[in-house]
Amino acid sequence: MNEKTSIIAPKLDFNTPALRRYRKLRAMKDRLTTMFVGIGGMSVIVAILLIFVYLTYEVVPLFKGASISPWNEQYSTYSVGPNQPSLHLGVEEQNEVGFKLSRDASVYFFATEDGRIKATDKLAFSEPRTISAFALDSNVSRLFVVASKQGKILVAKPDYDITYPNDERLITPSLLYPYGKKAIDLPAGFDEPMVLAIRDAEEALIIVAANANRQLSLIKLSKEQNFITETLEVSEKVYELPALSSMPFKLLLSPDQRWLMAIDQDANLTILDLRNLEKPRLHAVHKLSNYALSDAQLLLGGSTLTVADVSGAISQWFMVRDQENQWTLRHIRDFAQQEGAQILAMEHRRRSFTSADINGNITLFSASAGVQVHSEKLTQEPIHFMAMSPRANAMLVEDDAGQLSFWKVENKHPDTSWKALWHKIWYEGYENPKYIWQSSAASNDFEPKYSLMPLAFGTLKSAFYAMLMATPLAICGAIYTAYFMAPAMRRKVKPLIELMEALPTVILGFLAGLWLAPFVETNLASVFTLLVVVPLGTLVFAYLWAQVPKEAWCQLPEGWDVLLIIPIVLGLAWLSMPISDGLEASFFGGNMRQWVSEDLGINYDQRNALVVGIAMGFAVIPTIFSITEDAIFSVPKHLSQGSLALGATPWQTLTRVVIPTASPGIFSAVMIGMGRAVGETMIVLMATGNTPIMDMNIFEGMRTLAANIAVEMPESEVGGSHFRILFLAALVLFAFTFIVNTLAEVVRQRLRQKYGSL
Amino acid sequence: MRIGIKQWFASGLPWIWLNGAAVSINVIMVVGVLALIAVRGLGHFWPAPILQAHVQGQQQITSLIGSIVDDELVSAEQLRGSGVVLPASQESAKRLLIKTGNRDVTRADFVWVLEQSLRQITYPQELMALERREWGNFYGRLVAIKQAGTVVADQGKQADQEMWQLMQERVQRSLNIYDDIQAIEKGAIGEINHGMERLRLKHRSLELENQLTPLLQAELEAERRQLDRRYTGLQQRLIDLYAAFERDSMIAETMSGTQIEINLSKVVRAYRPNAMTSMAKVNFYMSKIWEFVSTEPREANTEGGVFPAIFGTVLMVLLMSVMVTPIGVVAAVYLREYAKQGLVTRIIRIAVNNLAGVPSIVYGVFGLGFFIYFLGGNIDELFFAAAAPAPTFGTPGLLWASLTLALLTVPVVIVATEEGLSRIPRAVREGSLALGATKSETLWRVVLPMASPAIMTGVILAVARAAGEVAPLMLVGVVKLAPSLPLDGNYPYLHLDQKFMHLGFHIYDVGFQSPNVEAARPLVYATAFLLVLVIALLNLSAVAIRNRLREKYKALES
Repeated sequence: MNEKTSIIAPKLDFNTPALRRYRKLRAMKDRLTTMFVGIGGMSVIVAILLIFVYLTYEVVPLFKGASISPWNEQYSTYSVGPNQPSLHLGVEEQNEVGFKLSRDASVYFFATEDGRIKATDKLAFSEPRTISAFALDSNVSRLFVVASKQGKILVAKPDYDITYPNDERLITPSLLYPYGKKAIDLPAGFDEPMVLAIRDAEEALIIVAANANRQLSLIKLSKEQNFITETLEVSEKVYELPALSSMPFKLLLSPDQRWLMAIDQDANLTILDLRNLEKPRLHAVHKLSNYALSDAQLLLGGSTLTVADVSGAISQWFMVRDQENQWTLRHIRDFAQQEGAQILAMEHRRRSFTSADINGNITLFSASAGVQVHSEKLTQEPIHFMAMSPRANAMLVEDDAGQLSFWKVENKHPDTSWKALWHKIWYEGYENPKYIWQSSAASNDFEPKYSLMPLAFGTLKSAFYAMLMATPLAICGAIYTAYFMAPAMRRKVKPLIELMEALPTVILGFLAGLWLAPFVETNLASVFTLLVVVPLGTLVFAYLWAQVPKEAWCQLPEGWDVLLIIPIVLGLAWLSMPISDGLEASFFGGNMRQWVSEDLGINYDQRNALVVGIAMGFAVIPTIFSITEDAIFSVPKHLSQGSLALGATPWQTLTRVVIPTASPGIFSAVMIGMGRAVGETMIVLMATGNTPIMDMNIFEGMRTLAANIAVEMPESEVGGSHFRILFLAALVLFAFTFIVNTLAEVVRQRLRQKYGSL
Repeated sequence: MRIGIKQWFASGLPWIWLNGAAVSINVIMVVGVLALIAVRGLGHFWPAPILQAHVQGQQQITSLIGSIVDDELVSAEQLRGSGVVLPASQESAKRLLIKTGNRDVTRADFVWVLEQSLRQITYPQELMALERREWGNFYGRLVAIKQAGTVVADQGKQADQEMWQLMQERVQRSLNIYDDIQAIEKGAIGEINHGMERLRLKHRSLELENQLTPLLQAELEAERRQLDRRYTGLQQRLIDLYAAFERDSMIAETMSGTQIEINLSKVVRAYRPNAMTSMAKVNFYMSKIWEFVSTEPREANTEGGVFPAIFGTVLMVLLMSVMVTPIGVVAAVYLREYAKQGLVTRIIRIAVNNLAGVPSIVYGVFGLGFFIYFLGGNIDELFFAAAAPAPTFGTPGLLWASLTLALLTVPVVIVATEEGLSRIPRAVREGSLALGATKSETLWRVVLPMASPAIMTGVILAVARAAGEVAPLMLVGVVKLAPSLPLDGNYPYLHLDQKFMHLGFHIYDVGFQSPNVEAARPLVYATAFLLVLVIALLNLSAVAIRNRLREKYKALES
């Protein structure tokens, strides 16, 4: 058998041009795919990163400081009219036109950019026109009052008419006299007024004047709308006020026209109660500082008094109701110490203000949080006067030389320092500093309260009660399912419980809010009885079962006991109803719900933490259950079998061998469950009253960070402080869950490696 | 064979039993919640019998017509506290919630009465229930039928059955006319409005580009006039239809004996549940369910169907899966097949896993800020300047909602696909490479087809998650009532910029924001049941696919 069989290869040429082209094409396709997948994969990962980056990007401006820069580099300083110090300066909404009032009763409207005069006017006084006193009603109304040396009084305001000829904005300034061009006379014998105060309100305008003899005179202009002619009819009445003990340098009227504050240079404040104008009453006298004062003004809203003294200290005061329901002026906060005497300028729409001093320094403050936002030296000369623009994005500064300069101010979020978000703040009208979240209200001069504490607290509270309900049920359930249950039954039970995870939370929230909450309210006693009766009853039954002779044991295959427990638990739940009725009748006066709110004095909301705990616990159970079950089930079998072989009971094996081995997995399950509870939105939104309170009471609701975002995000102004704070809330949620989940994931991976090595 | 307590505790048996109780509580809760939703959701459509009874009050006896909705046991003390006189021995009383309807007459849809205060409860055959377009249900007796103001059938003259027949015919007639009116108002007039808007935008964009010649302007004007003419024609036809629609009315008697006139144009359905046979009830039930899934909501979403919400949910989820599938698959393929395995991929994998745990509202915030205000705002500036200042894409809408949800569910798809890829035996890949296939060919011809069931599973799970997610949607695109469907016959057919309705949000809105929660509640249960059904089906199918997949690879691995 020597015949050779040779395999003759067919003549194939792999290098024909067509095949080469084809191979090239394939190689190119391969490279393209690699590139495409690489780019695609990377970009998905970048997109995921983008979430974090974008949220941060929206939040960062909140904590960025302010900056001041010249409005127009070309015309850094200019003078308006004859070089006379201004009595008052103002800027209109668009930052185009400035307003200057000087002591000789001249009014100038000028371009803020370069000081070009647009219009001039004179106040309607008769000669000689020298103003002896000036007072502003509020930045918003722009209404001011001036008095001449002769004792004449005039009320006026600058007005800006905006028209759009040829689609271009044109601002026409003018001086208005809403209460007539005719000057009002002070009572005969009242000398040259030195200090004035004015306050306009719906029904009446009040002007208070003080002269060098420390006498006070009050003029009330009552307004009445004439329905037929639709004109405003003003009736004037003069009241005598008690004389002051010292010469005031500032008179201030509160917006409700009740309080008159007279402040003298030595920092003595006298408060007069004007509720009854016929009988004005001395309300209180306070010492505001140990130094002489340099300025005193009311903050937006007119209730916070801000005073600066010559030592450079700035402090705020407002009226607080004390225990006896009496209004007393309280020292609220001090600001960072400045150098030398400060003058103040209030913002028009926010509780922020600016101070300036003789060294030409300007400092921006946020009042609510009591923090200094920014400080900068602007001029060489001492600053004589400054005015904030209505949108607080520009500032007009006049130095002692009479030179004006216009500055751009970049200070978008003064109210949102770290302190304002996480510390107690003393808000206007409150008796003491508090954590409050109240982002909006109907009125314009509302003080926004952005404390994230109540929301963070609410989040943790709801998560706590949810975990309280979910952890024992899920972990115990998982232990039984993984370790004791028959495999055939486990295959049915596990997917059933995991199906819960897919249940939309909106459905759970709806059931919690509309079905569970009223149910719990009417059956409060049964709910608590249930907590005791079910475990106790199960134990009693189990003990009785253990007494049954072995023959009966064998009827039920091992691991199917749950089938027996289900009807027992149902029966016990049913049984707890009559038990609770009895308990309720004998201990709680027949109605536990009433007993809680009336005898215990605990506030009871229908949608409360208990309801949220049950509903959200329900939502969290499958997460914890599933991961714990996996961890326990995948504990290597030889470990437990070894333990059993050494004579340990199943329970001993479980607690001493299996659970310690699986504990990192159980820990990560709890962490992931908590991450879910913290971020859950719909359940809390629907099953609580969404009131941002800080109270651990199980019968009261809460507002969580997530629910707060869902409620307030659609209404917040894009780019505003509120909008960005909601982004901050989202970022906090994101970071929290991300960290918690990463921790859990790392623990799990470690565990997997450990099992692998066993 | 007695075991002492001490010994028993030492054996650990009691703890095992307690663990068992925990499982059974979990099981009971799942089954209980599902059963609660199913019973309440499905029970609502069954025609409830209408009872007639007298209520024994403190002073007088009033009559009552309505159907029992709910009952509860109230303790006697609580009742006495609110001024109800009860026998001293009585400890509790049953209270019934009865839907009496007739909100236009009595101002309330429901009353609570004590069961023991009801006298002479009867279920007369001739009691009828009317479902109306406004003021909720009506319960009472039919007295007469009018046509254009004159009586055509009367209780005294005609036999009851005959009159009922007559009324059913007339209700059917008005329903037919209603369909015609709807077809014109929603269809033809909607189309004209759409055309008008398009002309306006064209005009404005020409104006912005300074290309508006008199010739073009005249052309646009001509088109506009043509639309106007069509509109006037339709308007006339509508007036005629409305006249015919409102021709008939009926006189009906309420429980207190007052007679009111109800125009048949307001009636959606009239039925006499007490006179129905079982077969008729089943038919009625089916038609109610069909109405629920196929018609639009009425009366501020508290009555009628949820079709727009179903449509919106499905469309949004479809768009989302179109976006999420390629993105997720490419990312998973990159991570598993192309990227170098090491610390970086581990970190990325953990990050992706964790993203699934990030609260959904965070995605909503991101979608609102980044997609809508940033991307949408820029798109508007670049391409939709003509529509300014009204935003086109710079406002919540379908596109952004599905994009946000795609981002939210991408981790689900990545994880599932990766798992599928990791289950493919190395030998298969290496075999393909050894035969000379390039890496991309191996990927396309071998790996991806084998992983396709896993991808399917991931997509289905993503869809199930997306369908139930509400919180982010509240920020990026759902509304309580959308005027039209986002998919219709007007160019460009699929309106990605439109807001839409969603089943989950519908539940939230109707259950918590509606003025008449009590009346809307059964409908919310029904909607919830529908949603659970859809999501449970999706999940079960995902599980089934996954199991089949595992079986398949078991064979390959051995």
